[in-house]
Amino acid sequence: MNGHAVSQARPPIAAAHLRKDTWWALPLAVVGVLTSFIVYSTWAALQNAHYFVAPYLSPFYSPCLSKSCLHLTLGRGLPEFTVPIIGVVSPALLILWGPALFRLTCYYYRKAYYRSFWLAPVACAVRDVKAGYTGETRFPLILQNFHRYAWYVAVVFIVFLTWDAILAFRFPDGFGIGVGTLVMWLNVILLAGYTFSCHSCRHICGGHVDVFSKSPTRYTLWHVISRLNERHPMYAWLSLGSVGLTDLYIRLVSMGVIRDLRLL
Amino acid sequence: MPTFTMRIFRGDTARGEFRDYRVEAEEGMVVLDVIHRVQATQAPDLAVRWNCKAGKCGSCSAEVDGRPRLMCMTRMELFSEREPVTVAPIRAFPLIRDLVTDVSFNFEKAKTIPPLRLKPPEPDGTYRMMQEDIDRIQEFHKCIECFLCQDVCHVIRDHEENKRAFAGPRVFIKVASLEMHPLDTRDRTEFVRATASVGLCNITKCCTEVCPEGIHITDNAIIPLKERMADSFDPIVWLLRKFRGQTTQPA
Repeated sequence: MNGHAVSQARPPIAAAHLRKDTWWALPLAVVGVLTSFIVYSTWAALQNAHYFVAPYLSPFYSPCLSKSCLHLTLGRGLPEFTVPIIGVVSPALLILWGPALFRLTCYYYRKAYYRSFWLAPVACAVRDVKAGYTGETRFPLILQNFHRYAWYVAVVFIVFLTWDAILAFRFPDGFGIGVGTLVMWLNVILLAGYTFSCHSCRHICGGHVDVFSKSPTRYTLWHVISRLNERHPMYAWLSLGSVGLTDLYIRLVSMGVIRDLRLL
Repeated sequence: MPTFTMRIFRGDTARGEFRDYRVEAEEGMVVLDVIHRVQATQAPDLAVRWNCKAGKCGSCSAEVDGRPRLMCMTRMELFSEREPVTVAPIRAFPLIRDLVTDVSFNFEKAKTIPPLRLKPPEPDGTYRMMQEDIDRIQEFHKCIECFLCQDVCHVIRDHEENKRAFAGPRVFIKVASLEMHPLDTRDRTEFVRATASVGLCNITKCCTEVCPEGIHITDNAIIPLKERMADSFDPIVWLLRKFRGQTTQPA
């Protein structure tokens, strides 16, 4: 392109923005919620205790892969890892990188934290705080383009969490349904909603096709995922809440603070 | 009849300021009506670009109380009489005078888009498309080129230096409409990556928020373009394409 209209002067308005609404409220709320979740999930992951009470396994520890797990997911566990100062590495730390990467590179969460933490932009038509800006063109942010790999991993987690939810019917005295069972199923449904409404999922399952009439299955898939995708932000927040609350519920039951109500 | 204080930007690039005008607004009036009343009664030299007054020509883009909007589609009922209503020109582009800016940047960028390259016709010499093939791109054809998305995009709004590299949301929906076209054979992946610099977009969705036509610019155009770009370094996609014998022609 030639330089026309690029070098000419813009309106001489000094103010960073002219908005009068409470544009700062949403990014502030996002900072509050995301920070709270990160603090709680990190604390819970480091606890290495109270993550299992039969038949419920916390989603922060699923799949539980370490030999020392209170509830082994795959039968035979991996040997314990120890690191200096910290000691034995919690089984949660072996697996939480998967869902964490999925959320970190998620198109919706990128919008949320670029606005709230990066302040680029903090709100629409409000001036960026930093002077320079290179977007996602350089390391490390260029790696955001690998979101689909994180989605592949997230799908595997949905399989494990569904298996845990099925096991949540298997009480020591046989089949049953407790409040925890419902909590775990709600969590899986919301997480599946979040995972399968993902933009990368939408593209991989059909969005890459140009001639839908020649790929009816992929068109149907794309169509269904597109409807889900419209609610991707809703699933993102609800599933974030559900995964934390499911852990909290199981933790409190395990600690004996509350009692799991048996419904059946 | 409510009376508003309209705080309107007046001036050019050398000297400009906001000036207050007291104007009566009747029920149902939009910001453009009030601006016209100011022009008719108090400031006959006020420069404002407009045409259809129906939200279809995309001419009367401005920033009302700091938010990019079409003046003809912004009702005065949205605002309080107790505070001045500010009306500023769209700030991402060079100012000509008052509320009028030079938006030629967008047309220059549009010229760089690789055009449609049709696939060969059917044996009977015709081209056929099914409705489901074009539903997706018809959304993009609703664009009225008001350039509010370009104005609000912080990549160029707050970083003038990016204007040389970055094409902007309006260009991306045009590219998406060609890239997803069922009769097109061109691969614009490299154009999207290198010439249009889609990597500069951090998908904060302001373009979608301000679009008066309700086009899902980020979800339906920019992100799919980023995903198509990611296809080029996804070994699973590469293998599937090899398996199906799919090829595309570069732009």
